[in-house]
Amino acid sequence: MDGWFDGLKREVLYQKDLLGRFDSLYLGGGTPTFLNTKMLEQVMASLLDHFHLTPDAEITIEANPCDITRRKADALKALGFNRINLGVQSFNDNVLKFLGRRHSSENAENAVGHLRSAGFKNIGLDLIYGLKAQSMKEWIVILKKALSFQPEHLSCYQLTLEKGTVFDRRSRQKNMITLPEKTAAAHFLATSSFLENKGYIHYEVSNFARDERLESRHNLKYWSHTPYLGLGPSAHSFDGKKRWWNIRSVKKYRSALNEGRLPIEGRETLTKEQRHLESLALGFRTRRGVDLESLDATSEKALVMLQKQGLLKIINGRAVPTRRGYLLADHLPLCFSP
Amino acid sequence: MKQIRNFSIIAHIDHGKSTLADRLIQATGLVETRDFRDQLLDTMDIERERGITIKSQAITLPYVDSEGREYALNLIDTPGHVDFSYEVSRALASCEGVLLLVDAAQGVEAQTMANLFAAMEHDLEIIPIINKIDLPSADIEQTKEQIELDLGLDSDLAILCSAKEGTGIDHVLEAVVDLIPPPAGSEEDPLEALIFDAHYDPFRGTIVSCRIFSGHVRPGDTIRLMYNNATYRVEEVGVFRLAREPRKVLSAGEVGYIISGIKTVSDTRIGDTITLEKNPAPAPLPGFKEVKPVVFASIYPVASDEYRSLVEALEKYKLNDAALIFQKDSSAALGLGFRCGFLGLLHLEIVQERLEREFDQSLIMTSPTVQYRFELTNGEEVTVDNPIYYPDPATISKAFEPYIRASIMIPERYMGAVMELCLERRGTNSQFSYPSTGRIEIQFDLPLAEVIYDFYDRLKTVTQGYGSFDYDLLDYRESDLVKLDILLNGEKVDALCQIVYREGARARALHSCNRLKEEIPRHMFKIAIQGAIGGTIIARSTVNAFRKDVTAKCYGGDITRKRKLLEKQKKGKKRMKMVGSVTVPQSAFIAILRSDDKK
Repeated sequence: MDGWFDGLKREVLYQKDLLGRFDSLYLGGGTPTFLNTKMLEQVMASLLDHFHLTPDAEITIEANPCDITRRKADALKALGFNRINLGVQSFNDNVLKFLGRRHSSENAENAVGHLRSAGFKNIGLDLIYGLKAQSMKEWIVILKKALSFQPEHLSCYQLTLEKGTVFDRRSRQKNMITLPEKTAAAHFLATSSFLENKGYIHYEVSNFARDERLESRHNLKYWSHTPYLGLGPSAHSFDGKKRWWNIRSVKKYRSALNEGRLPIEGRETLTKEQRHLESLALGFRTRRGVDLESLDATSEKALVMLQKQGLLKIINGRAVPTRRGYLLADHLPLCFSP
Repeated sequence: MKQIRNFSIIAHIDHGKSTLADRLIQATGLVETRDFRDQLLDTMDIERERGITIKSQAITLPYVDSEGREYALNLIDTPGHVDFSYEVSRALASCEGVLLLVDAAQGVEAQTMANLFAAMEHDLEIIPIINKIDLPSADIEQTKEQIELDLGLDSDLAILCSAKEGTGIDHVLEAVVDLIPPPAGSEEDPLEALIFDAHYDPFRGTIVSCRIFSGHVRPGDTIRLMYNNATYRVEEVGVFRLAREPRKVLSAGEVGYIISGIKTVSDTRIGDTITLEKNPAPAPLPGFKEVKPVVFASIYPVASDEYRSLVEALEKYKLNDAALIFQKDSSAALGLGFRCGFLGLLHLEIVQERLEREFDQSLIMTSPTVQYRFELTNGEEVTVDNPIYYPDPATISKAFEPYIRASIMIPERYMGAVMELCLERRGTNSQFSYPSTGRIEIQFDLPLAEVIYDFYDRLKTVTQGYGSFDYDLLDYRESDLVKLDILLNGEKVDALCQIVYREGARARALHSCNRLKEEIPRHMFKIAIQGAIGGTIIARSTVNAFRKDVTAKCYGGDITRKRKLLEKQKKGKKRMKMVGSVTVPQSAFIAILRSDDKK
């Protein structure tokens, strides 16, 4: 752990002047609440010493419900965090066990309570759904439970299995634990309409906010090609044209920095075409959609067709995905040439 | 002067023709063992891979018999497939004898018979050779019996050999010299040279392979091709060893080549006679036929901007394949392309494969069709080799389709299955003969259209590979035909329409719809695939829409991965064709002809 922090401090020195002022700081990727308060203090000090944050900056920490005691909640508040992303995953203990989480539903409930008591006014809850063993009804029960805490933000991730993950190894047949496509689609649509009926904005495929201002500033940067700087092992950065990512292994990350090198594992410079393709892929994931100006004349036919199919709407000069459009967001870019 | 023997090897496919040719070449010392490649005469990759000879080739082998007499043995290799039977006949016409090769394990097959008849037509000396005697499954006695009974040849003359092992090769060479008569024909008579093949050489133009029947030809002579009356000045003559070997003169009886500035292979006609401008032959040699394509299909570039490149590839390809004909074609679904005529299905496959492999083209080929004839109510007669041009049904008074006489040789136990297949394919006028115990030869008149529709595959399946098949074109017969349209989401796709026999239309339509269902990937919308005659839908299948195709998370590290996937998908999509709003893969256009049990 010390090694990681030593590395981070050095990396901060290298990168401090790269991008100007920041309006968002996000401590995450894993659950940094695992760090003790003293350690967190040092991390924050090193960041705030070298980077300029705007006065209204969104300062988020990703938290594991297990780690959130009343004291920890106060400490986080004192450290300047104004937004918490809590990895609740579920309010059903069987599901949590199945997912291999170390916390219980009670832990999660308590954590939210502590955070509210500490004065946090922007709490996001991460939930997972779309398990084969879970009916739509059971899922809605969990959602209702989540809403009882009036979270400002909700991320509802439908379970997908990627190669090499624990789940993939545990059950060779992913059919065993994920829903068939048709049902998964139904759950997605139901989730969206349920939450929108409760006043949430479905602003990205998996993300909901109680108010436009509560949309995650941090997340939106990824989807709008806004520059961001990532620090730490395997962190990704983007400056508008170039993207680079750090070494994954903590040991190698640290030794690179010790040797006076940037711990960069790979980088790419986006061509105009690649930027365009990404802006479509990312744009169609959000309710901002894609600027019609960025589409060429040959897109007219596709636009008409996709509107007819109820996958896109044109709003204020932008092609915006509908709820069903979200479901096919990964395919929509392919409808537009070149 | 050296004595000459001109001969060819004929055999059913896979009976070991190329291997025997290799051994003869080796045995005569023309090539050192270390320079040796298998299937020396099959110079194209595709020939080696498929084990068939596509082009005729000739090679002159030096041979000294046991008494020290020198010979030039001209081996003319013939294509081994029924699609090229005319080329075979011209090659045989250039010989005085043939080695009839029979696989000791397989016995006499349909093509063995067909080849024998062809050889007999040319009054050739026939030397039966029983090959592959080294195989454990070899049955020499049975094969001898078949040679005696099926072929009516003296089996005592049959030479036993294993081309693979090299046994019996000396006997084969002795028999060539002893049994095959030397060529007749006088050097004093006017030049008569039979063209049995032509190759294109980028440096020298067309190299004509020919057999000199009378007279002689030298560099500097002016020759005349009697079919189109074109004249050329001879630049070089020679014989084929491993490479071309120039000679001062080619004389009566010899086999060799002539180079005379002929630009393309298409300027020559296989079977044409070459004579001298000055002292011409009174008449061309007999047997000339203009080869006509019997199977037609369109080819299109996958990407429309590759049309120019396809034009160039076809023109280059055509330099070496006079049998391929093509003309511009256009399809609403597939854009600009070419309508091509082929000698048969194998020829079609070869052209497609060589264009893709040697000329690096990505092609879409439509399903092959035969040439139909229609008598219209106004008395006009039209020929249609492209279903797109099917006449208005109201104007058709009579329709005709080409028939073949198929001859199928099988072990008796498959008779029922083959009969059923032939009857299902509208076979008529069946005849049977039992050339030898346990074997049967079935003959049927079949519509050619039924044969190009997965007949080979089905025959292979029902006979477990034991059936052999050969055919001759017969004539046109009246038929009841309809045009089957295929619609994707209500839109007719011209490149998928077919002319079919009315009674079988529904089954064919269903088959096409189901095949397309397998080929067309899921879209964001449901795709209805329909088969229709006129306005009536007679078959239907559906490709369901995919409902969900989005990953839950897309943050920093996911973006590059996602973009790369999209780039790959976009590339894949370029290899597909947009038909209306439906993306159809290249393979779908030919898949509608593939049989169900072959994946």
